[in-house]
Amino acid sequence: MKLPFDEMLDAAGKARPHYQIFHNWLKQQSDTLMGLKRAEADLIFRRVGITFAVYGDDLGSERTIPFDQVPRIFTAKEWEQLEAGLRQRVKALNRFIYDVYHDEEIIKAGIVPAEQIYNNAQYRPEMRNVSVPRDIYAQIAGIDIVRAGEGEFYVLEDNLRVPSGVSYMVEDRKMMMRLFPDLFQKYRIAPVEHYPDLLLECLKSVKPDDVKKPNVVLMTPGMYNSAYFEHSYLAQQMGVELVEGKDLFVKNEQVFMRTTQGPERVDVIYRRVDDDFLDPLAFRSDSTLGVAGLLSAHRAGNVTLANAIGTGIADDKSIYPYVPEMIEFYLGEKPILNNVPTFQCRKTDDLAYTLANLDQLVVKLTHGAGGYGMLVGPASTKAEIEEFRTHLIANPDKYIAQPTLALSTCPTFVESGVAPRHIDLRPFVLSGKTIKMVPGGLTRVALKEGSLVVNSSQGGGTKDTWVLEE
Amino acid sequence: MLSRTADCLYWMARYTERAENTARMLDVNHQTSLLPQPAEFLEQSWKKLLTISKLEEAFLSKYDVINRENVLDFMIYETSNPSSIVSCLFAARENARVIRGKITSEVWETQNTTWLELQRILEARHQADPSRLLEWVKHRCHLFRGVLYGTMLKNEAFYFINVGTLLERADNTARILETKYEDPASLKVLSKNASGGEGTDGKFFDFYHWAALLRSVSAFEIYRQIYSDQVIPKQVAKLLIFNKQMPRSLVCCINELIPLISEVKNQQSKEIERLLGKLKASLDYSDIDEVFEQGLEEFIEGFLKRINHVADEFSSAYLIPLAVA
Repeated sequence: MKLPFDEMLDAAGKARPHYQIFHNWLKQQSDTLMGLKRAEADLIFRRVGITFAVYGDDLGSERTIPFDQVPRIFTAKEWEQLEAGLRQRVKALNRFIYDVYHDEEIIKAGIVPAEQIYNNAQYRPEMRNVSVPRDIYAQIAGIDIVRAGEGEFYVLEDNLRVPSGVSYMVEDRKMMMRLFPDLFQKYRIAPVEHYPDLLLECLKSVKPDDVKKPNVVLMTPGMYNSAYFEHSYLAQQMGVELVEGKDLFVKNEQVFMRTTQGPERVDVIYRRVDDDFLDPLAFRSDSTLGVAGLLSAHRAGNVTLANAIGTGIADDKSIYPYVPEMIEFYLGEKPILNNVPTFQCRKTDDLAYTLANLDQLVVKLTHGAGGYGMLVGPASTKAEIEEFRTHLIANPDKYIAQPTLALSTCPTFVESGVAPRHIDLRPFVLSGKTIKMVPGGLTRVALKEGSLVVNSSQGGGTKDTWVLEE
Repeated sequence: MLSRTADCLYWMARYTERAENTARMLDVNHQTSLLPQPAEFLEQSWKKLLTISKLEEAFLSKYDVINRENVLDFMIYETSNPSSIVSCLFAARENARVIRGKITSEVWETQNTTWLELQRILEARHQADPSRLLEWVKHRCHLFRGVLYGTMLKNEAFYFINVGTLLERADNTARILETKYEDPASLKVLSKNASGGEGTDGKFFDFYHWAALLRSVSAFEIYRQIYSDQVIPKQVAKLLIFNKQMPRSLVCCINELIPLISEVKNQQSKEIERLLGKLKASLDYSDIDEVFEQGLEEFIEGFLKRINHVADEFSSAYLIPLAVA
């Protein structure tokens, strides 16, 4: 089997030009020193409290996400291509969401089948004909990208609900600068720490029309949520209130927060709570995380939710195969970024192909996230494949299948020294008055040898991501 | 500021202060328990420590005997005891974690490091030397306060933290005074020793008893400095109730609370100001002789009732979200 593309080394084992300086530097560092630096990073992450909660443990046990010291480096040219592709994709996705809740032109044109929309659990009929500021639904998008070869990037999935990880992007950069300041003199690396500024600007730009100085808040499910650090970090960096559902109430279709000086009007909510839990009157009635009446305030246009309710319709894995066509349909442009070829198991032919090639394919739940409920054919045992087959046959509509991509690898510190591990990239795209993003994103790395699953809930780590300036 | 944020700031401060005061009491009791004395007196002193926090029942459901080891274990480590040092430090840190964006990163890291270091101490708890551990707790709480004063904006958040600290401190000082003074059983032991022809022993206990009380509020040297006198019970009470300069005295806590409330004024704060003003006046126009005429226990009970009333009013005015206006 062909070796996967390595970010640092070419097929002959020589450092690629943009990694040359780093490669030389790395050779001069002793294992002991790198080990010490790693321990230092872990200590700092703990002291600062950059951790996520481990569910089901008492007295607040927390873990840090493993941080790897070998950065993932992009050349300015590679990034240019990626950025253009991301802007294009997110623009089309927002147009699509607007369309499915308004004129449904894409359905009328026969591109996306109607049942794929209406039968989708992520479709929110409550949002039909509701206007949102600037017609933007997904203000914050995290697009997962993998590389299979030189210049060969694929979008693995679009995250348009409550994508997380951006705080690690910023903290990983700070950590690298702290541990290895000399590297930042050897390279000109595009900064990412201004992300919270861009985010705040974006959130303010989607305020309800009649508000002059919008009061922006960040809504969290609470401290026991695994991304609580990120919520609190972003709120602090933006200088906005971090609220929970119980801090808010709705009166006359307006949202207020309870403060020590009485109720205070809220105009824009960057919410990190899923649709289902947002409003017990509209969605799950057992939710204690939401605010009764929030949907009505949203529909009345008195509060902007970022992201809007109902964006899940565009990042669902069953809609994913249509994104390239969306780009052509709405923008009249050729897609810059590739989709991974996808077999929709709800189609008879695709299901037959999938069943015949389970050992070659990656099969995923259309509504799954976090690396749960998926099969990586080449890495699974016969028994695992057979067990999965029964699930698939029982509910083909719930699955899609994709060829197993040879995800690129990046050298990574593991117990046996430096070894290649598979990585992906999650850049964050902000859509407000204009589309903005910081160069790079969060690089996630699968620390287990051969593993393709990079999710932190499955033992993945992170790396600093560098975009070099020309 | 969000009411919930204010609530977390307030409780972070209260729990930190409580951890410190618990450490102070335990430390003093631990030190004096090493002195030669009758066994029943020894047991009494540990028992008092439990009654001070109304924890005797909870303790007896876990342990058979009241002795040094068990009480230290219960008051330092027991997580089912909400007043144990471990529980207090955990609660303080959890509250800090929720509102870490509202405190400086230095304050947060101080709370978090305390908690992380405590984890290590807990791993080796059976080798831990109680005195060193209690000393460490006091140091961490001092550090918390220092970092707070050195780094925080003097804004609403800072005021809510201080209100929490002062209300807890007033409550704790009053309780310390009450149990040391008015436990009839211990007075009996004392007077029996004093009148039973063991004059020296009686004096000896008297001295250590009151010296311990003073030390538990860091006031032993202060007492000597102010009174240049023997340790006399009435004077000890006077110092802890009426001395305006003594940072842990009741009067000092009240005097510091009043301006804080006017800093965070809202529509419901009038009642708190009224209650505190009355409490201050009643202290200002009273003296130690009047307190002793009334009976110290009664006085302290009255004070505790009033300070807790203030705390209740405070929490409904600021912490429990205001009703829709």
